[in-house]
Amino acid sequence: MRVNLTVNGRPQTADDVWEGESLLYVLRERLGLPGSKNACEQGECGSCTVRLDGVPVCACLVAAGQAEGREVVTVEGLADFARRRAEGGCAGGSRDPGDCSGAAADAACASETPSGAASGGATAAGVGLDQARAWRPKPADPAELAPIQKAFIDAGAVQCGFCTPGLLVAADELLERNAEPSDADIREALSGNLCRCTGYEKILDAVRLAAARAERAV
Amino acid sequence: MAEVTRTPVDISQGSRTRGGIGESTPRPDGTLKVTGEFAYASDLWHEDMLWGHTLRSPHAHAEIRSIDVSEALAQAGVYAVLTHEDLPAETKHYGLEIPDTPVLAQGRVRHHGEPVALVAADHPETARRAAAKIRVDYVELPVVTDEATALAPDAPLLHPDREDGHADHVPHPNVLHRQPIVRGDAAAARERADVIVSGEYELGMQDQAFLGPESGLAVPAEDGGVDLYIATQWLHSDLRQIAPVLGLPPSMVRMTLSGVGGAFGGREDVSMQIHACLLALRTGKPVKMVYNRFESFFGHVHRHPAKLWYEHGATRDGRLTHVKCRIVLDGGAYASASPAVVGNAASLSIGPYAVDDVDIEALALYTNNPPCGAMRGFGAVQACFAYEAQMDKVAVELGLDPVEFRQRNAMSQGAVMPTGQVVDSPAPVAELLRRVKAMPLPPERQWETAGGAADVRALPGGLSNTTHGEGVVRGVGYAVGIKNVGFSEGFDDYSTARVRLEAIAGEPVAIVHTAMAEVGQGGVTVHAQIARTELGVTQVTIHPADTQVGSAGSTSASRQTYVTGGAIKHACEAVRARVLELGRARFGSYHPAWATAELLLEGGKVVTDGGEVLADLVDVLEGESVDIELEWRHRPTQPFDRVTGQGDGHVQYSFAAHRAVVEVDTELGLVKVVELACAQDVGKALNPLSVVGQIQGGTAQGLGLAVMEEIVVDPRTARVRNPSFTDYLIPTILDTPTIPVDVLELADAHAPYGLRGVGEAPTLSSTPAVVSAIRAATGLALNRVPVRPEHLTGT
Ligand code: FES
Ligand code: FES
Repeated sequence: MRVNLTVNGRPQTADDVWEGESLLYVLRERLGLPGSKNACEQGECGSCTVRLDGVPVCACLVAAGQAEGREVVTVEGLADFARRRAEGGCAGGSRDPGDCSGAAADAACASETPSGAASGGATAAGVGLDQARAWRPKPADPAELAPIQKAFIDAGAVQCGFCTPGLLVAADELLERNAEPSDADIREALSGNLCRCTGYEKILDAVRLAAARAERAV
Repeated sequence: MAEVTRTPVDISQGSRTRGGIGESTPRPDGTLKVTGEFAYASDLWHEDMLWGHTLRSPHAHAEIRSIDVSEALAQAGVYAVLTHEDLPAETKHYGLEIPDTPVLAQGRVRHHGEPVALVAADHPETARRAAAKIRVDYVELPVVTDEATALAPDAPLLHPDREDGHADHVPHPNVLHRQPIVRGDAAAARERADVIVSGEYELGMQDQAFLGPESGLAVPAEDGGVDLYIATQWLHSDLRQIAPVLGLPPSMVRMTLSGVGGAFGGREDVSMQIHACLLALRTGKPVKMVYNRFESFFGHVHRHPAKLWYEHGATRDGRLTHVKCRIVLDGGAYASASPAVVGNAASLSIGPYAVDDVDIEALALYTNNPPCGAMRGFGAVQACFAYEAQMDKVAVELGLDPVEFRQRNAMSQGAVMPTGQVVDSPAPVAELLRRVKAMPLPPERQWETAGGAADVRALPGGLSNTTHGEGVVRGVGYAVGIKNVGFSEGFDDYSTARVRLEAIAGEPVAIVHTAMAEVGQGGVTVHAQIARTELGVTQVTIHPADTQVGSAGSTSASRQTYVTGGAIKHACEAVRARVLELGRARFGSYHPAWATAELLLEGGKVVTDGGEVLADLVDVLEGESVDIELEWRHRPTQPFDRVTGQGDGHVQYSFAAHRAVVEVDTELGLVKVVELACAQDVGKALNPLSVVGQIQGGTAQGLGLAVMEEIVVDPRTARVRNPSFTDYLIPTILDTPTIPVDVLELADAHAPYGLRGVGEAPTLSSTPAVVSAIRAATGLALNRVPVRPEHLTGT
């Protein structure tokens, strides 16, 4: 089957999708967006968390067909999403139905969205071998990162980083809803995201840091 | 050499070079990881790529009469189906220490989930469905599941033809390895004891549960070899096992590390490496394999479940007289790292205590349970759970405070280990206990709100709780542990580093190339810090890890910062000496300091120890580059004597202590760990932020073992019952409390920068501290982990 959806503000089409394929598989293997991770593919770990029309979901539990015509934000589009939210404009996957939903808004998003972090395009998939052969450090340019991404780096909340994309999407959504979350709020919001490396303490630190910075910036 | 990209750190103008050791510099891969651009092994893609899938045995022990692949092969989209008959070389087995693991089962399967056949197809679902069409005719055999069945007179032998280095030293062929340690005279010392306390303890099978599944991409090469992109802990160890099975010289198997999503020991053994290469070579196409979580539980070895028996004696004034113990580890169907795990369990079995008279036996069994091998803490975890429970018990018997009792018997620098090895670096055991005890306690009844009502989220069981705190009691418990750093027992535990210094775009840049696997621990961060410190440059590029440079050894045993860090430090020193030689030749005649002063590299310049700048590094290099590769070794160790266990077997020891505060709902049998404080000596914190992160992560894994984590194996069938994250529970952010950390830095004079391996020690004492706290809260004996609700309610 064919699936049409908007990912990080760009209209995308995936062809020859099998009935049983998940949104996660389509994102990772058909649309060249491997940022959402595949740690359990059973909805238990949160590594694949993306926003579907603004709502955080496990992409591994969403059948590809269910995403037809809807808007998805992945970690690859998080910085752009946060930037446009901060600017008060269309953020591509907002919860607020009056803010950015429907076909007209999609078109507006698409026209002003840069190509994003990953290659996009419905034919590319995964990560090429040149990248596999040579990872390279990249400058942490605050202007290119969402505040929550910057906070994760600064707080030391990234170790192996496999849980990180899902946690970032979930934490960003929490801060969007609740600018001053208590520790209990943070724990509740992130309880669906497993991390095996950090012991979570620095993840809490990162969310607190992002919240504190936002408060200072106001 | 690949192109050089700048590191994220600003160039400092002063003479000091920023981002050196001791600073909490950010991870060089951090930005890639937070933007989703970091290429993990499961993300790889190649045009025309196929997907590999493994057919695994549904039985734990069975004879294979026949395998029929014709129907599977006939499926559209299927390119190859392989069984043991398709293996191209004489060598059909592999293994870390003993090559007893079949690449694909031949005639017999020995554990549930053992690989039997492989499929390559154009879609992962096609591969899975084709695998389901392979017909295997099994005849089930009786299963060996514990010591009694393994050592029974008529027990089936798991490896009847074993020819390994241990076979002569074991009492029964189903004993995989055995290590006794006898020192002093435990029987005579027993006579001096005023109290004697014994106990039996048991630990379930824990899983590493790293989040990034086993994955890799094998690409056939034009020369008939293969390029493998893989998530592993030790490229060269994999290579040593892969090449012979493929029938290729090692030079034709080129391996590159891909992004690794955690490891914790679970990637030390080969999993899908050989399978992917076989499929790629057979089909002539790139083949990607990615385990799902179900398969991951079968795809790697686990922590050894253990049964332990201990006896401690002590005098009325609180001095230990002797320790006797017997530790039985379940090694499962294949050897993996079991012999080394046994050596660790034995040599660290009495904990960080000074006792002269000991009688120790540790052994591992071959059974039909899932194979067990390396996991963070490696044999020391099991022992620590038992000896710390014993320490609490003896303290109660003597009426002493448990911390005070431990401190009276704590080892210190100069102590003699049961193996006879003298501990010749700081061993601040009593001090670590003092520090965790001195930390402020969290408030009582922390679940109570200002209005006196219960915040159910903070109660044991959280929101699903049905009481309001009526049955909740608090307990506090302590534990301390000792772990060895590095590979032991005479293993040649070296690392190789290549360091190049050159000028790029008018600035000096160091390029560090090692084969170290970055699995999330932050090695790449400290490697750059070391190069900055030693070479006085800001820009450091970490070359991707591959087999084009010599082995770095394993990313395990808390050894990489010590050993590969040490190799980089020494390579940098050699580069520095060469640079100064060049400088002397070029500029020596202009300034006498070149010949007379102590010279340093700082801020991209050559400076005297008085701070006078002699030259820019870029001018010294003058278009040349200095490039040095060397192997570096720590001081050698010795094997343990097979009978007495004596020998200087370990490189270094590390120590951590925990204090756990728990609240237990005694009616529901639910535990909330309120706080888990840790004090650890790290010798020197090369990156304090990373060090604390490692300690917190290790602590959380210990908590998991204490109260929730266990692979449940059916004792009648030896089948795994819970291979999923639905049923195998790892701590969530709701289960994990705050983990305050107190880091002590007492330098080890023998180690680079005085450092001490960090990663494992916190996993040891975390588990017994939590259980000790639950005992304190409930008064129950609790001799088994994980502690389950029924253990607490007695139902
Ligand atoms: S991969 Fe989707 S929840 Fe684990
Ligand atoms: S799982 Fe590795 S950083 Fe969270």
